[in-house]
Amino acid sequence: MELLSEIIIEPFVLIADIPDLFVQTLWEGFVSGILYALIALGFVLIFKASGVFNFAQGIMVVFAALALVSLHTKFGVPAWIALIMAVGIMGLLAIGIEKIVLRPLVGQPDAILLMATIGLTLFLQGAGETIFGGEPQSMITEELGLPTGATDWEVFGGRVTFQHIDIAAIVIAGLMVAGLALFFSKTRIGRALRAVADDHQAALSVGISLNQIWVIVWFAAGIVALVTGIMWGARSDVSFALEVIALKALAVLILGGFTSVPGAIVGGLIIGVGEKVFEVYWGGIFGGGTEAWFAYVLALIFLLFRPQGLFGEKIIERV
Amino acid sequence: MFYREAGQFKTNYKADQAIFPIFQDRVGLGLIIVAALLVPLFGSDFLINSFMIPFLIFALASIGLNILTGYCGQLSLGTGAFMGVGAYSCYKLATIFPEVNILIHILLSGFFAAGIGCIFGLPSLRIKGLYLAITTLAAQFFLEWCFIRIPWLYNYNDSGAIEVPTRTLLSVPITGPSSTPSVRYYVILALIIFLTWIASNIIRGRIGRSWMMIRDMDIAAELMGIKPLNAKLSAFAVSSYFCGVAGALMVFMWLGAAEVESFSINVSFQVLFMVIIGGMGSLIGCFLGAAFIFGLPIFVRALPEMMGLAINASTVDHLSRMVIGALIIFFLIVEPHGFARLWQIVKEKLRNWPFPYG
Repeated sequence: MELLSEIIIEPFVLIADIPDLFVQTLWEGFVSGILYALIALGFVLIFKASGVFNFAQGIMVVFAALALVSLHTKFGVPAWIALIMAVGIMGLLAIGIEKIVLRPLVGQPDAILLMATIGLTLFLQGAGETIFGGEPQSMITEELGLPTGATDWEVFGGRVTFQHIDIAAIVIAGLMVAGLALFFSKTRIGRALRAVADDHQAALSVGISLNQIWVIVWFAAGIVALVTGIMWGARSDVSFALEVIALKALAVLILGGFTSVPGAIVGGLIIGVGEKVFEVYWGGIFGGGTEAWFAYVLALIFLLFRPQGLFGEKIIERV
Repeated sequence: MFYREAGQFKTNYKADQAIFPIFQDRVGLGLIIVAALLVPLFGSDFLINSFMIPFLIFALASIGLNILTGYCGQLSLGTGAFMGVGAYSCYKLATIFPEVNILIHILLSGFFAAGIGCIFGLPSLRIKGLYLAITTLAAQFFLEWCFIRIPWLYNYNDSGAIEVPTRTLLSVPITGPSSTPSVRYYVILALIIFLTWIASNIIRGRIGRSWMMIRDMDIAAELMGIKPLNAKLSAFAVSSYFCGVAGALMVFMWLGAAEVESFSINVSFQVLFMVIIGGMGSLIGCFLGAAFIFGLPIFVRALPEMMGLAINASTVDHLSRMVIGALIIFFLIVEPHGFARLWQIVKEKLRNWPFPYG
């Protein structure tokens, strides 16, 4: 009975008592949800266009951010030029991955491609550590002209802190998603991308070069990774520990469906907000630390009822 | 010429259904077992402790995962956690019933893993492919969290680690710090041979065939009278049993003490690599894959030293990770069906030698 009240009644009493804490929790969850969504977005871009489940997206985030920081701090390149060079590195990476890894593996089963991207993860991890060093580094937030500091706003008679970098992250993420949406719907390459996502064979038969499209989506995913890396690095350090957090984006993908961009965003927000609220108000019952598994268990339960995710295409199976 | 089935007639059903119906296979297997028995006589303790023992344990874990992924077609990333369930339940059994022989505990601990595996296998009835792989991550992270947050599992000790007590078999210590590597090696070898024999018989039998039908086309299998519930859950149970025993062996016979990190997601990936590089749906592939994936880092790390280059340890570590990643991709490109396929090609060549075609 006591446990029941702890689960059903007390958290809501707490929410009603200290509403500003609740708003703060929601905000924190919202921001981390945006970052999960950005990682998931990189997955979705690649999965839609090439059917490859890119496990390396998390390490690409770390790699891009490390490249940017190291270019500035170790090699003394000015911040803006370092940013452009980091974009260039992600472009080269995309070309390399397509030429060396993907092209020879066309038509292999999903599990083999998944394994290849895990191999890629190991490679990028080793390469990143060798070239840029394995120790955590702080993001060059100010040099890039990103805002720092925080504002306290009064909400429900209490104070809620909003970090400026978080607000900037949301604005930039919104702009990037809008830009991608425009790119997909208005440009010639964008239409080719959607054609490939729809049907590889048909796209090939109307003269769309699959290899070229794959380079473009991996490059786009690389840029998304760079932006994610900058945002995440500004909130904490740039380190390889981020990779484990990036795995949570997989749970986001399940919620949203592998092929849906809006799904990735909504899924990210649900997971981000859900795990923060659950940890603050219900985590105590389980002894804390529930953020490690909440996303996956939520995704698992969700899948039992809707196997194709929130926005995924309906799965039709025939013998 | 060297490897030929022709002329080996079976005169009764028993001979027809033998595990190794071909004479050369029996000879080859006998040679391998003799070689395995001789290893402690010629190899150093280092070789046994840091390669042979973990290689056999990981081969067992790969057999477990191969049953699920290679034979039943259900991709799983939760192997590490299922190994952990085996290890922790073996630890609890060994401390609650200290008078029972440790080998019985190790074999029993697999059943706890099997139970947990069944629970996390339930989603497989509705979810397939990569979606299922991600739901098994739920098992991985939830169980890891349990290993930290439930102090009962590690008997409330402060370090949060489980430490292996010394246990004996026929008054020879086989676990704990006082046991010698060769004794532990022989115990593991005997267990692995026994369990591999069991696994191959399960796979050849009715249950194994139903797994393969589910793997090849689940809807067609269902129409032909295979119950997906039974087939998939039994695959999860048997697979987790093997993984659990491997986990218990890993802690009790190899590491000596373990924390949560010993069963992290990286272990899951490592075992999955072994299965894929070894060859999905092949028992011999499990052993080849385990030897390759476990031996490769040791070899790559030792390489600069052998060539007389002085590189500091962390650089070697980073470089070796890079090389291993590249080698895995290379191997997947060259032979996506794994070592098992290479083994078949070798057999074919031996069969036809000295002619190029049969």
